[in-house]
Amino acid sequence: MTDHQTRPGSGDAEGYFLEGTPVADTKAPAGPIAERWTKHQFDNRLVNPANRRKLSVIVVGTGLAGGAAAATMGEQGYEVKSFFYQDSPRRAHSIAAQGGINAAKNYKGDGDSVYRLFYDTVKGGDYRSRESNVYRLAEVSANIIDQCVAQGVPFAREYGGLLDNRSFGGVQVSRTFYARGQTGQQLLIGAYQALERQVAAGTVTTYSRHEMLELIVVDGTARGIIARDLVTGEIETHLADVVVLASGGYGNVFFLSTNAMGSNVTASWRAHRKGAYMANPCYTQIHPTCIPVSGSHQSKLTLMSESLRNDGRIWVPKNAADCDKDPREIPEEDRDYYLERIYPSFGNLVPRDIASRQAKNMCDEGRGVGPEVEGVRRGVYLDFADAIQRMGRPAVEAKYGNLFDMYARITGEDPYETPMRIYPAVHYVMGGLWVDYDLQSSIKGLFVAGEANFSDHGANRLGASALMQGLADGYFVLPNTIRDYLADGPFEKIDESHPAVAEARRSVEERINRFLSINGTRSVDSYHRELGNIMWEFCGMERTEDGLKKAIDLIRTLRADFWNNVKVLGAADTLNQSLERAGRVADFMELGELMCIDALNRRESCGGHFRAESQTEDGEALRHDDEYAYVAAWEFVPDTSESADGGPADARMGMPILHKEDLVYEFVEMKQRSYK
Amino acid sequence: MTTTTKSPAARARSSTIVWKLAMALTGLVFVAYVLLHMYGNLKVFAGQASFDGYAEHLREIGQPILPHAGLLWIIRVVLLVSVAVHATAAYKLWARARGARPQRYVVQKAVQASWSSRTMRWGGTALLLFIVFHILNFTTRTVTPGGDSDSPYQRLVNAFQPEQWWVAVIYLAAMVALAMHLRHGVFSAAQTLGLTGTVEKQRRWNLLGYALATVVAGGFALVPLSVLFGIVD
Amino acid sequence: MRLTLKIWRQPDAATKGSMHTYEVDDVSEDMSFLEMLDVLNEQLNTNGEEPVAFDSDCREGICGMCGLMINGKAHGPEVTTTCQLHMRSFKDGDTITIEPWRAEAFPVIKDLCVDRGSFDRMIQAGGYVSVNTGAAPDAHSTPVPKPHADRAFDAATCIGCGACVAACPNASASLFLGAKITHLGELPQGQAERDTRVLGMVAQHDEEGFGGCTNIGECAAACPKEIPLDVISQLNKDLRTALRHA
Ligand SMILES: Cc1cc2nc3c(=O)[nH]c(=O)nc-3n(C[C@H](O)[C@H](O)[C@H](O)COP(=O)(O)OP(=O)(O)OC[C@H]3O[C@@H](n4cnc5c(N)ncnc54)[C@H](O)[C@@H]3O)c2cc1C
Ligand code: HEM
Ligand code: HEM
Ligand code: SF4
Ligand code: F3S
Ligand code: FES
Repeated sequence: MTDHQTRPGSGDAEGYFLEGTPVADTKAPAGPIAERWTKHQFDNRLVNPANRRKLSVIVVGTGLAGGAAAATMGEQGYEVKSFFYQDSPRRAHSIAAQGGINAAKNYKGDGDSVYRLFYDTVKGGDYRSRESNVYRLAEVSANIIDQCVAQGVPFAREYGGLLDNRSFGGVQVSRTFYARGQTGQQLLIGAYQALERQVAAGTVTTYSRHEMLELIVVDGTARGIIARDLVTGEIETHLADVVVLASGGYGNVFFLSTNAMGSNVTASWRAHRKGAYMANPCYTQIHPTCIPVSGSHQSKLTLMSESLRNDGRIWVPKNAADCDKDPREIPEEDRDYYLERIYPSFGNLVPRDIASRQAKNMCDEGRGVGPEVEGVRRGVYLDFADAIQRMGRPAVEAKYGNLFDMYARITGEDPYETPMRIYPAVHYVMGGLWVDYDLQSSIKGLFVAGEANFSDHGANRLGASALMQGLADGYFVLPNTIRDYLADGPFEKIDESHPAVAEARRSVEERINRFLSINGTRSVDSYHRELGNIMWEFCGMERTEDGLKKAIDLIRTLRADFWNNVKVLGAADTLNQSLERAGRVADFMELGELMCIDALNRRESCGGHFRAESQTEDGEALRHDDEYAYVAAWEFVPDTSESADGGPADARMGMPILHKEDLVYEFVEMKQRSYK
Repeated sequence: MTTTTKSPAARARSSTIVWKLAMALTGLVFVAYVLLHMYGNLKVFAGQASFDGYAEHLREIGQPILPHAGLLWIIRVVLLVSVAVHATAAYKLWARARGARPQRYVVQKAVQASWSSRTMRWGGTALLLFIVFHILNFTTRTVTPGGDSDSPYQRLVNAFQPEQWWVAVIYLAAMVALAMHLRHGVFSAAQTLGLTGTVEKQRRWNLLGYALATVVAGGFALVPLSVLFGIVD
Repeated sequence: MRLTLKIWRQPDAATKGSMHTYEVDDVSEDMSFLEMLDVLNEQLNTNGEEPVAFDSDCREGICGMCGLMINGKAHGPEVTTTCQLHMRSFKDGDTITIEPWRAEAFPVIKDLCVDRGSFDRMIQAGGYVSVNTGAAPDAHSTPVPKPHADRAFDAATCIGCGACVAACPNASASLFLGAKITHLGELPQGQAERDTRVLGMVAQHDEEGFGGCTNIGECAAACPKEIPLDVISQLNKDLRTALRHA
């Protein structure tokens, strides 16, 4: 499969991977950073308007990235097909984003600029992202706001009628635009309406309740997808000149996350198996203020705004014996305000990763609170008693009322009376398919946008930047870079009888038949839950060499069992939700293994990735820029030998190949973080 | 989804909302009419001469520009057309609503809907039947329980005598239907005409609905009740 | 707690469906309604019976994907989405009747899943502002008075769940339609197409087979986002204005 040089990998993950030749972002422009994007757009070739209609684009996903891209390319006159698994494009997971979207507008005149947003994002990403990409993101951020306002997105406004901004995620300028607590919904509705306008105009065709199950690659070039109509079960072939994946993030590999139930890695993973590199898969963002798990039936976790930490105080009992007591009866001297204790200068406002990790530490020590789920209490108190005393209940209500209501509805407890309980949850993945500056993956003709690509966020994402990236990719970047690719058209026509097409189709059909014929004893969800537990335990907030190796073994065993013992009822030719989930979980298991290998290899702590072996004397994250200032781009290698684990051939993985892309910093100086 | 070649404007012109507009306008015609009619009926309490004079006066208004009973005929035509339009729209929307939910729920509960809003169709049908009976009774004098007379006053008094208590009951029942129809109808017409843009305006129109329903139905009901209890004879 | 569930089962759009009765045990009051159905499905799967199909995605009350008729009320007894309804709202021994949204314009696909494509087609008929990417003026070039911005926002919170249609005795989509007309109509950006939007969307509403509104008000009471009834008034007014201009 691989025609390039490989050698056995070394380091912690020795024996789990091969190392290949480095990979380079060949499209990255040079020159002064502020001029790169402008120049690149100019250098990219144009497509004559009369020819656009003859060029076809498939876009998988209608979140901010996919919806914006499909609408824009439709406007420009290409023939666009848009796919999504929900019943309407408006329901993509982007809809759930609450906090806001960043843009370097400097409407507050508080010293913001494109350069400052660029700088903050590189620093926030713990120096693991590309300067050129991040600068472009900051540059187009302002256009996004203009575009959305023109579409009728009802952003919050001040009494003068101008847009309001707030400061978000610890940055010192107010650059976050918001629409109450539903910024994602409002932005997505804007993109959705733009998309539906193109449907009416006839440039875009939407395929609702369609799931992409395979990528069609002809002579090394992406030429279409195999999709299943989730209602009729029909397997459909869709061919095009270029394929865009905007299928979102894979946080659901943890089973419990703040992602939508259907969020999955299938589109990306299928492309990965066909040759697209997966970059930094282990970079996961864990959000500290979620509502804790209430029992073993839990299906997903709900995020509450981080702003709660501005006024709430976080604590656990000093003695494990107090953990099941009514918190109001635990006297002040028996409470441990551990963040204030460990980080006296930042206190409860330490960054997301630190707050999350410490909460887990407290619970692992046996000092967690709330209901015991599978033997452990996973929760810490977030107490507003002081705030209510200081500001008065009405002020607290005005500021946090809607969050308190949401908490009360979900938990049945009154947070004005007893302290809230919070716990960290998986929220976002910085990792994703590797792309160059044009957002083209390592497969020609396959472009990746939004959370599905490995993005501009390095090892950690700043709050309110994912929406910005999704819309930047969709509205402004892709339409300008794909045109350079399409300028090579018209492309050779292929038809459904082409061997590569037939093979893709056959593999999908076989896989579906296999799921339905195993007829074992365990439900798909039970495997997903178990996988999630393994990932959370060993590849969550804190990772160790031993833990990751153990996780890899556990996942391999679980995967083998899955392929022999899963029970999927129903038929292939109707709506079959168990069948849909079976495919997703099978892919998550493979991804989970790669995430662990990636985490094992990266023996440093950076951003959302904390390796226990790499910390300072006082327990803080320690980066190793000399060894790891690279993007880890993984190439899939199938295992063609006889099955070791009994699983079918297409579920076997060989040792992945690591291609390193060195990160070079010309404009920002790399520094270690410190919050003490 | 069916396809059609008509422009959106043309299709919007024959949309459900336009039918509702027609209902609202004709409904308001009815409201105006029943208000006047009720006022006229109350002249019963001023005695036979006054009431009969009023009835005659109605027929003389506009003379000599209009022929005798000219205005009355204009009113009759307007009312007749209104009833036709109002009822056609009502039955059209009714049929449409049935088509819009061919499969009913096994269990369905109303959360907000008032009794009166959900009985507009049956209530309206009851009113239609009542009007037919009423015209046969007083206008064409085809059905005259209690005996006919040339004096409108006498006809009224005859009709509501306790011996045929059922006539009064029909009228009173109709007034209940009318009250309910008006209670919701006034608000509904305002909403259809787009006059209820804020919560406050909605509240006001709702109150007006209650007020009109009470005044009109109450005012009408006084007449049969007074005759029944011998206050007027 | 222990519950009896009466659930509509229908294999596909073409086959007739019927109500089935199931028992579930060990339901905790902290479960969401959908998690309770997950438990039922796990149980059915174990027993070799096909799980009940129902839609959900965000389970946070924002995507609008979920939506069930629960004991005769759209989204159940509380003013929220089905996914945000918790079992605390029920008690041990209850019988719960669960049906899909019922409307000609929302055909059942399977069990409790319906097709709400008619909402998308209504948006296609004019529920947008025609502005091409890159053609927008600076966001601050048109200030929007706060009261207008706020009313637009309130209307824009509609999540397209369809509960308004499900609850309306006429199966009318007027609340959904009115919400979009009000959202875009309140903003300066929406003015240029204000007339064509309402004409197109109303025409499409009727074409999809929704019923006409007779101002009953169940829709607003069922709406999880509390979209107020006055958006329908706005819709009627805008249509009247547009017809005058047309
Ligand atoms: C609770 C929550 C709050 C957040 N708040 C913020 C915030 O305040 N600010 C911020 O910047 N970011 C926030 N984020 C992150 C942000 O919302 C996401 O990163 C972003 O919306 C992802 O957008 P996307 O377009 O890449 O993908 P998504 O919106 O996830 O869309 C994925 C699309 O792909 C489709 N799809 C997936 N797989 C397939 C397949 N196999 N076949 C067919 N279609 C498929 C889906 O149907 C969907 O349309 C938040 C995230 C969460 C979970
Ligand atoms: C002829 C028989 C009648 C029928 C079948 C009928 C039926 C209806 C129906 C179905 C409605 C719409 C229901 C709704 O909006 O909720 C309605 C509305 C109304 N009706 Fe009638 N009705 C009749 C007679 C009357 C009479 C006699 C009056 C007045 C005295 C009247 C006044 C109104 C008013 C004001 C409305 C509100 C219009 C609107 O909703 O926009 N109707 N009627
Ligand atoms: C208790 C209630 C009512 C009483 C006692 C009453 C009485 C009368 C009388 C005496 C007449 C004959 C008047 C004349 O010929 O000069 C009449 C006519 C009429 N009434 Fe009533 N009425 C009542 C309620 C109503 C209501 C509720 C309606 C309509 C909704 C109505 C509609 C009419 C109409 C249409 C006529 C015919 C007018 C004409 O064309 O001559 N009435 N009524
Ligand atoms: S108006 Fe309310 S009930 Fe109707 S679709 Fe929108 S959110 Fe749902
Ligand atoms: S319930 Fe139906 S009748 Fe109108 S006011 Fe709501 S759409
Ligand atoms: S599942 Fe998204 S609103 Fe209920």
